[in-house]
Amino acid sequence: MSQDQAINLSYLLSAVFFIFGLKRLGSPATARSGNQLGSIGMLIAVVATLVNQEVVEYQGIIAGIVLGGLVGILLAKRIQMTAMPQLVAIFNGLGGGASALVAIAEYNRIRNLPGSIDPDVSITIMLGTFIGAVTLSGSLIAFGKLQSFLVPSNAINSILIKALNLLLFLSCIGASTLLVLETGTTYLFPALIICSLLLGILLVIPIGGADMPVVIALLNSYSGLAASATGFVLGNNMLIIAGSLVGASGLILTNLMCKAMNRSIWNVIFGAFGAETSSQGHASSEGKHAQSTTSEEAAIVLAYARSVIFVPGYGLAAAQAQRQTKELADLLQSKGVDVRYAIHPVAGRMPGHMNVLLAEAEVPYDQLYPMEDINSEFDNTDVAVVVGANDVTNPAARDATDSPIYGMPILNVDKARTIIFIKRSLSPGFAGIDNELFYHPNTRMLFADARQAIADVTGAIRELE
Amino acid sequence: MEGLIISLYIFVLAVLVGFEVISKVPPILHTPLMSGSNAVSGIAVIGALLIAGKTDNPDISTYLGIVAVAIATVNVVGGFLVTDRMLQMFKKRTGDNNQ
Repeated sequence: MSQDQAINLSYLLSAVFFIFGLKRLGSPATARSGNQLGSIGMLIAVVATLVNQEVVEYQGIIAGIVLGGLVGILLAKRIQMTAMPQLVAIFNGLGGGASALVAIAEYNRIRNLPGSIDPDVSITIMLGTFIGAVTLSGSLIAFGKLQSFLVPSNAINSILIKALNLLLFLSCIGASTLLVLETGTTYLFPALIICSLLLGILLVIPIGGADMPVVIALLNSYSGLAASATGFVLGNNMLIIAGSLVGASGLILTNLMCKAMNRSIWNVIFGAFGAETSSQGHASSEGKHAQSTTSEEAAIVLAYARSVIFVPGYGLAAAQAQRQTKELADLLQSKGVDVRYAIHPVAGRMPGHMNVLLAEAEVPYDQLYPMEDINSEFDNTDVAVVVGANDVTNPAARDATDSPIYGMPILNVDKARTIIFIKRSLSPGFAGIDNELFYHPNTRMLFADARQAIADVTGAIRELE
Repeated sequence: MEGLIISLYIFVLAVLVGFEVISKVPPILHTPLMSGSNAVSGIAVIGALLIAGKTDNPDISTYLGIVAVAIATVNVVGGFLVTDRMLQMFKKRTGDNNQ
């Protein structure tokens, strides 16, 4: 058996590891071993590549692996769970960036070889460069938005940006075509890179913070597709298979997130939710009255409830209130209250955001209920406590046909006997529309920072004894 | 052209396998699935290794390859580790019945 065959068989083995690893990631009981299988698959693939006869120079490789490995370990160990969306965004960007660099480096290498470039190869090089660069710059902007760093996190609806995006996209196609036909100047390739990077930036800038779960999932998919494209460039099946698995999983998540908002992917990317509707939303709140409450009153309501459902949202992450929430839930449970958590699929800033935060606070995962499982339970629930969620609880989505969020599946929080809504003010959510739930006769607004409010309520319940 | 067609076969079949394998992931695992599969997309490291190690007479491509090795390694190592850290936290309710 030649060395090449041995390497290819090793790649096949790692592909099998990746597939079983991803499969096992689909169930809580096996997820950890699934992730480990994936890492073993990666190790096999890397070792197999290193023994390849084509690899003759190791110094730079070792430096790169050591440096990258150390940074990776530090990031993974140090990151706070509330910052997971940012980290995932960064990792998406790095994956895309690495793929783009590989495509660029390969193009630079074969361009200096005598003879013309096979169009098969140059087409995939342009594609890999394009997808990789868009993923890189888009992810960095997503990171900036999640970190509220330089980039405004709200939605922007601008015809100018849309026109510019179309122009950039057409420029990328034009430059790629000329490069494949080998008729253009040498400056076209850098121009393609720059246009792709700009397109990534401008595609993500207009997207509002609450649409981030879709964007992160989509960029995740792109990072896989970029790796696949470099597989086409290098004629490497390992890259094609692993990249396409990631591309598929990212698309599945993207689709799930879009469904959870009842919007199409086109609407998320090009629709810029809310920017036009905010004025109309404010007008509808006139003449309505929201009832406020205090932490002491809330404590009494909770202490004498039989069943309580917590409804967490991005505000819980922003206020870092997950541990306080768990403490309150534990206290209620010790008093015999039935405690559950209702998790909307797009609550937070990435798919599954709330689950990770609550798991960090050691909330057992069988207390966490997805929307479809818990929505029928609100009718029989004494108190629903909304912590930092907003639009996903707005009853307008059910019956106000003129509302921009009409048709979005929501948590039936309004069906609970009492609703305690912890929020700093009556300001609308990302959609820029007023939440009818604020003015519901059974709603009590507890105006405070989520973390402080929950700690206060917990303290007040303890004093009741 | 032949090579491209075979690659396309592999790509399409692998995407379909991906859809089948991953389609039924419960919401609780959405983030770990994303960060775990994200670590897999660091497979670009393979391409980077092939480029960075190609010649002992380094040129621009080699250096680009080395940078790609470094950032793909961050993605791989960081991705798998942070996913493991997250999955360690997912626990079933214990105590209710045992206490």
